[in-house]
Amino acid sequence: MTQKPPSLFDWKIAGPATMDAFKKLDPRLMIKNPVMFVTMVGAALTTVGIFTPRLDRGFIAQLALWLWFTVLFANFAEAMAEGRGKAQAQALRKTRVQTKTRRIGSNGQLEEVNASELRKGNVVLVRATEIIPADGDVIEGAASVDESAITGESAPVIRESGGDRSAVTGGTRVLSDEIKIRISVNPGEGFLDRMISLVEGAQRQKTPNEIALTILLAALTVIFLLVCVTLKPFGIYSGAEFSVPVLIALLVCLIPTTIGGLLSAIGIAGMDRLLQHNVLAMSGRAVEASGDVDVLLLDKTGTITLGNRQATEFIPAPGVTEQELADAAQLSSLADETPEGRSVVVLAKKFGIRERQLHEMPGAQFINFTAQTRMSGVDLNGVQYRKGATDAIRGFVNDSISTATEHTIERISKSGGTPLVVATREKVLGVIHLKDVVKGGIKERFAQFRKMGIKTIMITGDNKLTATAIAAEAGVDDFLAEAKPEDKLALIRKEQSGGRMVAMIGDGTNDAPALAQADVGVAMNTGTQAAKEAGNMVDLDSNPTKLLEVIEIGKQLLITRGSLTTFSIANDVAKYFAIIPAMLVGTFPAIAPLNIMRLHSPTSAILSAVIFNALIIITLIPLALRGVKFEPIGALAILRRNLLIYGLGGVIIPFAGIKFIDVIITALRLV
Amino acid sequence: MHSIDWLQLSVFVGVLALITKPMGLYLVRVLDARGKTWLDPVLKPLERLTYWAMGVKPDQEQGWKQYTFAMLLFSLVSCLFTYAILRFQHLLPLNPQGFGPVSPDLAFNTAVSFVTNTNWQSYGGESTMSYLSQMVALVIHNFTSAATGIALAAALVRGIARHTAQTIGNFWVDLVRITYYLLLPICLVVAVFLVSQGMIQNFKPYTKAKLTEPYTIQVPKTDDKGQPVTTNVAVLVQAPKLDEKGQPVMTNGVAMMVDVPKLDEKGQPAMTNVPVMVDQKVEEQAIAQGPVASQIAIKMLGTNGGGFFNANASHPFENPTPLSNFIQMLSIFTIGSGLTYYLGRMTKNQAHGWSVWSAMMLLFLGGVLLCWWAESRGNPIHQQLGVAVADGNMEGKEVRFGIFNSALFATVTTDASCGAVNSMHDSFTALGGFVPLFNMQLGEIIIGGVGAGLYGMLVFVVLAVFIAGLMVGRTPEYLGKKIQSYEVKMAMLALLVLALSILGFAAWASVSQWGLAGLNNSGPHGLSEILYAFSSANGNNGSAFAGLNANTPWYNTTIGLAMLIGRFLMIVPIMAMAGSLAQKKIVPLSAGTFPVSGFTFVLLLLGTVLLVGALNFLPCLTLGPIVEHFQTLLGKLY
Repeated sequence: MTQKPPSLFDWKIAGPATMDAFKKLDPRLMIKNPVMFVTMVGAALTTVGIFTPRLDRGFIAQLALWLWFTVLFANFAEAMAEGRGKAQAQALRKTRVQTKTRRIGSNGQLEEVNASELRKGNVVLVRATEIIPADGDVIEGAASVDESAITGESAPVIRESGGDRSAVTGGTRVLSDEIKIRISVNPGEGFLDRMISLVEGAQRQKTPNEIALTILLAALTVIFLLVCVTLKPFGIYSGAEFSVPVLIALLVCLIPTTIGGLLSAIGIAGMDRLLQHNVLAMSGRAVEASGDVDVLLLDKTGTITLGNRQATEFIPAPGVTEQELADAAQLSSLADETPEGRSVVVLAKKFGIRERQLHEMPGAQFINFTAQTRMSGVDLNGVQYRKGATDAIRGFVNDSISTATEHTIERISKSGGTPLVVATREKVLGVIHLKDVVKGGIKERFAQFRKMGIKTIMITGDNKLTATAIAAEAGVDDFLAEAKPEDKLALIRKEQSGGRMVAMIGDGTNDAPALAQADVGVAMNTGTQAAKEAGNMVDLDSNPTKLLEVIEIGKQLLITRGSLTTFSIANDVAKYFAIIPAMLVGTFPAIAPLNIMRLHSPTSAILSAVIFNALIIITLIPLALRGVKFEPIGALAILRRNLLIYGLGGVIIPFAGIKFIDVIITALRLV
Repeated sequence: MHSIDWLQLSVFVGVLALITKPMGLYLVRVLDARGKTWLDPVLKPLERLTYWAMGVKPDQEQGWKQYTFAMLLFSLVSCLFTYAILRFQHLLPLNPQGFGPVSPDLAFNTAVSFVTNTNWQSYGGESTMSYLSQMVALVIHNFTSAATGIALAAALVRGIARHTAQTIGNFWVDLVRITYYLLLPICLVVAVFLVSQGMIQNFKPYTKAKLTEPYTIQVPKTDDKGQPVTTNVAVLVQAPKLDEKGQPVMTNGVAMMVDVPKLDEKGQPAMTNVPVMVDQKVEEQAIAQGPVASQIAIKMLGTNGGGFFNANASHPFENPTPLSNFIQMLSIFTIGSGLTYYLGRMTKNQAHGWSVWSAMMLLFLGGVLLCWWAESRGNPIHQQLGVAVADGNMEGKEVRFGIFNSALFATVTTDASCGAVNSMHDSFTALGGFVPLFNMQLGEIIIGGVGAGLYGMLVFVVLAVFIAGLMVGRTPEYLGKKIQSYEVKMAMLALLVLALSILGFAAWASVSQWGLAGLNNSGPHGLSEILYAFSSANGNNGSAFAGLNANTPWYNTTIGLAMLIGRFLMIVPIMAMAGSLAQKKIVPLSAGTFPVSGFTFVLLLLGTVLLVGALNFLPCLTLGPIVEHFQTLLGKLY
């Protein structure tokens, strides 16, 4: 299930966010964002300027007001992103109702405790209809569990001790039976708790890329601070006295406030988008890394193919009709509850073979598949119907397999399919073509990834022949056949030593080392606790194709940051043309032609630039929260498009914007 | 803007493009410690001998810290060496004119100036420096400071090209090989060529020539003992002229002023001693001589720019013919241009090398065209008066070179950190003078100083890749190297140093007594002079806007500091970046990789240079040349 994102300006979020915008004015919080901190100091100094005796107090007051707005808008952006994250988290948190649970003491005694008192290593007993108090592993028993609270999927899932289905998540409900669970986390450290704190911003740490960008922005701020400070003596030399508020206005317009104000909102929104896709990330770093992935390791089963081989074709032996073969195939599969067996019945239906009920055939004796016989089937009315591997049937049937059928078998094997021969004791009836069915649309998806420069590697336990055929059909770049867990790990290491970033998705305990080694390891929620701990993301839906969305979200996060940085820096050109002539025209009337926007007056020009600078932050909040659209069209094409929109657009838009604001504030007689 | 000039511009760019590849390929061999060149039979023994004498093990490479330390140590020692020679030149040989010791502040300024490849000259060579000072103390730096720059660029390129490496080369090996295999042989050829054009190369004392038109000047009268004779006169001050009624006389609304004796507290006229002046007839001219050609070859090739004569490349002995002028301009760009090819070759991405070259060329052409256009248009005041409109602005230009070759030379010398001049940049029109000033404030990255231009440009490349690289949805990668916070920090530190040094010193000078005292012109033009001096010093260019008397203790010291900051404080972060890049893995190319070649990249790089590099200087440039331009349009001069 994908949660619906809250609408951008939902008042339930925007209201508290407005309050938070003021709370965030705390200098101890502001200092973490050097660009906005400088803006706030500038706003404070300008405010002081209102109370000094001067002629232009009205102008200074408006300047101060808009400078404060600039800071508040930036804070509001961050608060909005956090608010949306909280709203998502709240939905998850609803599952965190305070529950009582039975802890099994060291002496085996049961004691009633609050869920919050549980510690890692405690063992609890949970019975039908009760809520599982915390994340853990089933160590005894099996139960069906309703995980809809987390995944939204209403069908219950089976959780049992041992194997790959032993992990349970706190907040889910046991529907039947009882299980003993060893708690694997302390209160407040669960996966959900971590995710909640990440989106709430409380424990948000800057990601490597965010740190690098913050350094760039801080350095630009220092440089522009230097530019504005030295402008004072240059002004004195030139006989132009620049007042401090005007220099502050210039400074705030030049420093990259747009990206500075939206940077943390972009990061939080990225986490938030993941959560909307029901993926919990352990850290922002993991989200960012997913944008850098070069190699995707995908398990064939469930990701590339529908999960199981299916019967796609009946190829009758010479002298046998398709109908006869379909009928025999159906009979031999009636008792076969495996997905392959069911698919034979389904296919037979297409040939008009009515589905028979077992109770309609009292005399039938069903033969189950065993590793020794490698056949299954039914003895009905004295006829022995069997289907099975070629060799097994060869030994069973009294007839020899015809050349034509041998050819068919060979053809199917070479194409990566599995031939199942159907026969009676007397003669071979034909072959069922069992085949892995590649998911619809997956090939196009991989083609997109290739365009992005991401290599896809299919991991499968199949032999090389089968793997080759499926790889070709699905359009993956490479495959690892007959893969053992250690092969996966070795493959990841090999790719990493070549400088590539690897992402994989896995569920089993034996996937844990590979998940830990991968740069982006997505564990399925249905997987073991070991797998979940080894990975740095958990997919609550346990949908292997989710990895593709995760990568897109990672890329989108980086693109949004880059685009807004470019936009912010490109904006400076227009602001120069607004403010510099305004500052100088009093002393040097000759430079009036430099006022190419034909702004009304020096004060209106400066105020317009500052207002534009503040409003652009609020205008871009939706973009920051939603993210710049990512299209898999290759790096050069994306670069061209974004350079055009955010680079060139960033140069042009403020000219129009500042002029527009100038017209408005002049009409309103604000200056 | 005549067609013959367009032709020359095309030929200049064309020839430069043609020599870029051979120069680059030769650099690949020179900058490889085991590289083979056709000069090996002659120079290899000398190279080995030098290593042996210096105790250098040529096979041992250095990490970035060792490399940088070696460079700093070498620069410090050679700086002190030059300082000592200048201070003691009166005691040393080869001083036929008998010049005295150079003053401490000037010696500091000059030693720093040459060690930093700036060659800012607060002095006139022919009236201050002995031949020994010129040939040993100064010329040695023309080679070593150029070699140092090239070595540093090579170290940075190695850092980019290598992966998971700890070392970026051996400074001593680079220094020796660049000097022996690159600079000396080419200089030999160029010097011989320049001599063929009429440039002088001798050790003669200055010769006397009889003037065909003797003229008279006033000189202070001296008595028998050689002491100046003075006389006591009243001090005059200006006061408004009053008419009979005691009202000020006005002309065009301004009070007329007259000189009146200044009175002291007692009402007595104040008196002062002034020297008595007498007429002196000048019939002879001293013509300076010296070993010019040998110095000029390296002055251009190593983008040093320090002239043998005060008039620099406008002096007939220092730039005799149009062909020598062309070859000198070409020499300035040769190595810097070749280094872009070296970058492409070493990183196995030749398209990237050419893209960097193209970005540089576009900036170069933009500068030339603006400067040339502004100078051809001439002075608007002349236009209004109808004076010599067709000639353009010829003030301060050598008639042998004219408008185009002066504009081209000015652009080339400030694109590169050369600083040689064949015209007075101070006399350019406001916009014409804006171009050299702007070029230097960009950090001289348009081809740039040998080596320095490339590593300066690569700082912008790293920033461009970082800012725009995010837009393709990956952690930015430059040629497979991830650009992370360390690289961003170092690149921004280099930019910060540039802005801090230029703006800081210029702002200080513009409001201080010592700063204003040296000014020849007032208003925006005076500000341009100050900005130019510190931009030139910080960029290690060394050309001067003239008009500013910088040979004062304050200017000598602050400009000296600006030169040191502009060179060494830039280099350290850049070398740190080289070291960090060398250690990184190379991420293989894929369709998702940020492209660092092609049209889009060139435009992106230009945008970054102009937005991140130039915007910082726009306010002060507005107060200087841009305001001056608009004022000139209204007929106001400074």
